Amino acid sequence: MTEASTIAVGAETSAPSQGQDEARSLTSDAWRSLKRNPIFWVSVVLIVVFVLMAAWPSLFTNVDPNAAVLKEARQRPNGNAWFGRDIQGYDIYSRTIYGARASILVGVFASIVTVLIGGAMGVAAGYYGGWLDSVVSRITDIFFAIPLLLGGILLMATFPNTVDSPYLVVVGKVVLVLSLFGWPGLARLMRSSVLQVKPNDYVQAARALGASPWRIIRAHVLPNAVAPMIVVATINLGVFISVEATLSFLGIGLTPPAVSWGVAISDAIVALRTTPHILLFPSLFLSLTVLAFIMLGDAVRDAFDPKSR
Amino acid sequence: MAEAILTATDLVKYYPIKGGVLRRTVGNVKAVDGVSFELLKGETLGIVGESGCGKSTLGRLLMRLEEPTSGSVVFDGVDMYAQKGRAMRRLRRDIQIVFQDPYTSLNPRKTVGDIVGEPFDIHPDVVPKKGRRKAVQDLLDLVGLNPEHINRYPHQFSGGQRQRIGIARGIALNPKVLICDEPVSALDVSVQAQVVNLMEKLQDELGLSYIFIAHDLSVVRHISDRVGVMYLGKMAELGEEDEIYGRPTHPYTQALLSAVPVPDPTLRDKREQIVLKGDVPSPANPPSGCRFHTRCWKAQDKCKTDIPLLEPRPDGVAEHLSACHFAAPREIIETIDLTEIDPKAQTAGA
Amino acid sequence: MTTSETMARASAKSSGHTYAPKDGLLLQVADLHVEFHTPDGIARAINGVNFDLYEGQTLAILGESGSGKSVTAQAIMGILDMPPAVIPHGQIRYCGEDLLTMDPEQRRRTRGPEISMVFQDALSSLNPVFPVGWQIAEMFRVHRGMNKSDALERAVKLMQRVQIPAAKERVKAYPHQFSGGMRQRIMIAMAIALDPAVLIADEPTTALDVTVQAQIMALLQELQEERQMGLILITHDLGVVADVADKIAVMYAGRIVERADVFDLYRKPAHPYTKGLLESIPRLDQKGQQLAAIGGLPPNLMRIPNGCAFNPRCKYAQDVCREDRPALLEVVPGRESACHFAEEVLNG
Repeated sequence: MTEASTIAVGAETSAPSQGQDEARSLTSDAWRSLKRNPIFWVSVVLIVVFVLMAAWPSLFTNVDPNAAVLKEARQRPNGNAWFGRDIQGYDIYSRTIYGARASILVGVFASIVTVLIGGAMGVAAGYYGGWLDSVVSRITDIFFAIPLLLGGILLMATFPNTVDSPYLVVVGKVVLVLSLFGWPGLARLMRSSVLQVKPNDYVQAARALGASPWRIIRAHVLPNAVAPMIVVATINLGVFISVEATLSFLGIGLTPPAVSWGVAISDAIVALRTTPHILLFPSLFLSLTVLAFIMLGDAVRDAFDPKSR
Repeated sequence: MAEAILTATDLVKYYPIKGGVLRRTVGNVKAVDGVSFELLKGETLGIVGESGCGKSTLGRLLMRLEEPTSGSVVFDGVDMYAQKGRAMRRLRRDIQIVFQDPYTSLNPRKTVGDIVGEPFDIHPDVVPKKGRRKAVQDLLDLVGLNPEHINRYPHQFSGGQRQRIGIARGIALNPKVLICDEPVSALDVSVQAQVVNLMEKLQDELGLSYIFIAHDLSVVRHISDRVGVMYLGKMAELGEEDEIYGRPTHPYTQALLSAVPVPDPTLRDKREQIVLKGDVPSPANPPSGCRFHTRCWKAQDKCKTDIPLLEPRPDGVAEHLSACHFAAPREIIETIDLTEIDPKAQTAGA
Repeated sequence: MTTSETMARASAKSSGHTYAPKDGLLLQVADLHVEFHTPDGIARAINGVNFDLYEGQTLAILGESGSGKSVTAQAIMGILDMPPAVIPHGQIRYCGEDLLTMDPEQRRRTRGPEISMVFQDALSSLNPVFPVGWQIAEMFRVHRGMNKSDALERAVKLMQRVQIPAAKERVKAYPHQFSGGMRQRIMIAMAIALDPAVLIADEPTTALDVTVQAQIMALLQELQEERQMGLILITHDLGVVADVADKIAVMYAGRIVERADVFDLYRKPAHPYTKGLLESIPRLDQKGQQLAAIGGLPPNLMRIPNGCAFNPRCKYAQDVCREDRPALLEVVPGRESACHFAEEVLNG
């Protein structure tokens, strides 16, 4: 109705204007459209379930994830063990529930930290340019040259966990390592989208009005440059969880008794041909988590793009 | 004569060209190379020229969106480039800009209310917080938009309406000078006229002074009191509108005016068009002496070595500023006069 | 033009053209409709366009953005993306053959030797990674089966024909090494390389400076006269049209609203939209006055108003204009207008 009703400039709108008196902003409009988006609600429900699982696994199961019943190893799903048992005879359901904590902590926190570091670096390099750009870009290149896995192995092997390292230290170390080598991609992405946004006249207009650099970044550059990073960051979430698995598989990531989906997946691969259900359940949960975050990212990105409404 | 509100003296802007492994400066793009003029209170100064002549860079220098390589701008008695921090921010209220492209000049993720209200957020003392919404709606009304559309986003408007939004933002702080960088060139002909009318109305109502940068000579003629013609970073000719259009003395101005297609087919073969040779040379390597000598039919040896000064030269009736060693008026057919074909002047009958 | 060029052209003429125009009639567009099916609805870009183009004629299609003038050109060239574009009905007859029902391979072969096009943006129309001479020569190699050195020789001749200085030396240069005007000359060289019978120029000078625009228009006109091409000039610039066109078709919201000889149309428009356009150009005697702007905005192509599409912006509009869509009819001999009040506009 927009075009049709504005045929004559300044003409009255034909449609009754609802809520004209309240001033609307992008945030309130975004929330309004998010509320109407079923994909948003599906992803939120999934994420809430996974977060509950991570925080209070005992809500979902009272089976000890570290109780191995060796004689029942490789059992298929049954009334007693809903998801069956793995090669060690652990209850897969219980281990999948308990594994959520480590996996989600690692995935979510590594994603958040990389977004913060990468975003800040990218904005600094792209917006300010000059020598700052050169310095930041070279640092990015150096970290970019080190593969995530290799860097992880190096660092984790240098500072190994001991048996009595507290749980949060073990997880924190993995998050730190993944963040350290995971941000350069996001920084590059952010830098290039900032460079695309910066020459737009609306940025110049804000400068001409005397807006501070911080205001320009916050109000004009970030909202228009952040979308590609959101997409990549949500995909990265899955990558981080699987790298954590590889590190754990090599014995330098999370160490038992900590359980994670990654560990479960690497353990299951040996028995893939004979007992695929061992692999199925932790992978399914991992995929669902990643999917939930990707859907959330997409929904949020669309909500903040007025053109998609 | 009204007093000057803005005086530019010898403005120069070079963009360094970096080359080699060490990124050393190997040359300069001489975008603006020694431009001086005055803008009088309440007048419209048109700046015309082809792409690469430096007219947009000039606009950005006057807005201090770029720092000049040298030269000065005195605005209302204050040396603009010497101002810092709070004083500069205060100065920005008085000099604002309207951009060419209505599609990139508005943040697509902000509502019209946010866009037009942003000046008040940056300068909170202008309008008290409570009155802002009202102020924004008044502005929308002033530029001919429906104030109820305050919550819409830029993509919901057409090009002409977006340009009105850009103008509303430009005049929000009640500036004294508005720099218009090709404000109507991206618009359709029928919408151009609406926006030109709006700008004239606003000038009358708010007492604005305009610097109207454009390549469309007929629009500039309509709106301007005085006109400056730029070529490769230099002012080729500067004078009253009727001096520039009626009796130009610089060969470039003459060629430019004669090249404008006239919307009158009966003048097809009667017009004496000067078709210039070649394209505008690169500002990275401008010709020596007079910058126009490579395309000029009047060029002599002197033009290759001596830079002609922009000084008063006789134009047949009086004299006005022109930067040509051989400045002289030339008879040209009125380029944009359509009086002849005014439908109202026609007698009926088919 | 050199003699060898003339001879080459003569041989091209005999070998290159599969179709022969009857009584000089090259192109007939009849009741052409084009729609764009988008997720938001159907945008009716062209709603029944009719025109003929004869040898040696320059037809200008004048219109603002969204009027359908460029879509018309793309439909004739067959370069519309389908989908989203759909041509529900209409005919585009080239020398009597309907291009729209032609076998795709056969139609592809008409592009270049029969009908070709010059675009607005020469920089993005040239491939940046190949030398310009190579790109021109490619036309001869693909369509004429020439060998590399002959094709390059022809490319140099063409570059000379479109007045590119030092063509021999610059044949190996890349597009970015040319200025805007020179690139447009190269585009023109490519468009006329195979000696087409119809040349469509879509805003050929819009991206260029005034002084360069004059050169390019002069070149186009010269080539057209020399080769007796039918030229369709698509533009929004009333000035450019006045200088070169024979006939003008004014488009609004996907329809031709007025068609006339260029002199008649400028002297006395017969449609309120044309009249409004002409009046909105700043004139000397209006200095210091308001411009006679057309109020309002062009319609959204998804919701074209009932009746005459121009009625919400029209001074002459009456009830009939909101109900009946006026057909393009002859007002006086040689003048057509799609307005219920065409005579009043013409005489008023």
